[in-house]
Amino acid sequence: MKRRAIEFKIDGITVKGSAGQTVMDVADQAGIYIPRLCDVEGLEPQGSCRVCTVKVDGRPAAACTQPAAHGIDVINNTPEILSYRRDLIKMLFQEGNHLCSICEASGRCELQAMAYRLGIMEPAKYPYLQPVRPIDASHPDILLDKNRCIRCGRCIRASQQIDRKNVFGYIGRGINKRVGVDGRNLADTDVDVNDSAVAPGTCPVGCIIMKRIGFHEPIGQRKYDNAPIGSEIEKTRSGRGKE
Amino acid sequence: MKKRIATVSLAGCFGCHMSLLDIDERILDLLKVAEFDRTPLKDLKKFTKRCDIGLIEGGCCNEENVHTLQEFRNNCDVLVAVGACAIMGGLPVMRNAIMNSEDPLRECLEEAYMNSPSVYNATNDIPNDPALPLILDKVYNCSEVVKIDYQVPGCPPSGDTLWETLTALIKGVPADLPYGLIKYD
Repeated sequence: MKRRAIEFKIDGITVKGSAGQTVMDVADQAGIYIPRLCDVEGLEPQGSCRVCTVKVDGRPAAACTQPAAHGIDVINNTPEILSYRRDLIKMLFQEGNHLCSICEASGRCELQAMAYRLGIMEPAKYPYLQPVRPIDASHPDILLDKNRCIRCGRCIRASQQIDRKNVFGYIGRGINKRVGVDGRNLADTDVDVNDSAVAPGTCPVGCIIMKRIGFHEPIGQRKYDNAPIGSEIEKTRSGRGKE
Repeated sequence: MKKRIATVSLAGCFGCHMSLLDIDERILDLLKVAEFDRTPLKDLKKFTKRCDIGLIEGGCCNEENVHTLQEFRNNCDVLVAVGACAIMGGLPVMRNAIMNSEDPLRECLEEAYMNSPSVYNATNDIPNDPALPLILDKVYNCSEVVKIDYQVPGCPPSGDTLWETLTALIKGVPADLPYGLIKYD
């Protein structure tokens, strides 16, 4: 069955999609990048990080879960929304222990790349929580440093939706919400090194780390060293109208 | 009038100062518009005049760091936290991970001077000379101690990043760094 074609505007640019897509899907197709952390190609969106917040007809909504509709007016790139996104990214930095200088994910970390893209330089706005969460090195090939976890749930969804397992899951609520494993530790679960849940690119930060391959990409050649996150989507811009 | 710049390394590794020297021959251009006051580059340990710009490397891990930082705040118009340690504590802040222990300072010192596998300490002494500044209960970043006006991320920030920041600050505007110069590592 062919889906009904729809047309709406993102920052004044007319974009075309079909009913059933999300605002994020249509924006990606049109080459308009909406920043996101918890949403990733291939997994069901869950709308939890709120970095992709846009205004749809004046109301804030998470672009990754918001259904696209004909004639809506989406605002993505304004000083107000950018400042809101910067605050979210700063809070994620301040909730965990993000020591980029010693993190193996540095240079390919999406949290770091998002901070670069949003130009975060100014003094810390919130106090650092400096959590003390145990490191799980039980598995022979995989290490979990939950001090870097941003609770995006990408590993949880990859495990459930692609691997058809339940290796990871949420525990607790609110500020105590964290990602746990289905067992005493990671070695106690049925995780496999080839699972999507632990594949590179699933964890946006340096929480899920493959042992023995750290720092294999030289500085200057890492994923986000030269091009900002999202530029791969912006390269394909096909939308018409004013920039 | 030349701008006066002061710099200091607190709980840092002097990497940010080395990076400042990475501006290479541009230091001659810098000295046309600015002069250094208190800085380890000149081995000048006291302020001679009020300064326009203070560059802070490192956070605070002992009482001397706190006194020095407060002195910089009192003597500088604009205070810039340079590098990961000044901004968020950097590597020294990893010591805060044991702060939930019953006696965190003892545990920290015993780990460093007695129990660590690579330590050779025949007398099992922990340094306690009265001349040594007292270690703080945990490592604090600069903005937890004084008001910080700008921060330059990086571990260390590159020479180019520091050059862009300094030239902008000397002109009296915040630096607008291009993508490639904002780095956290």
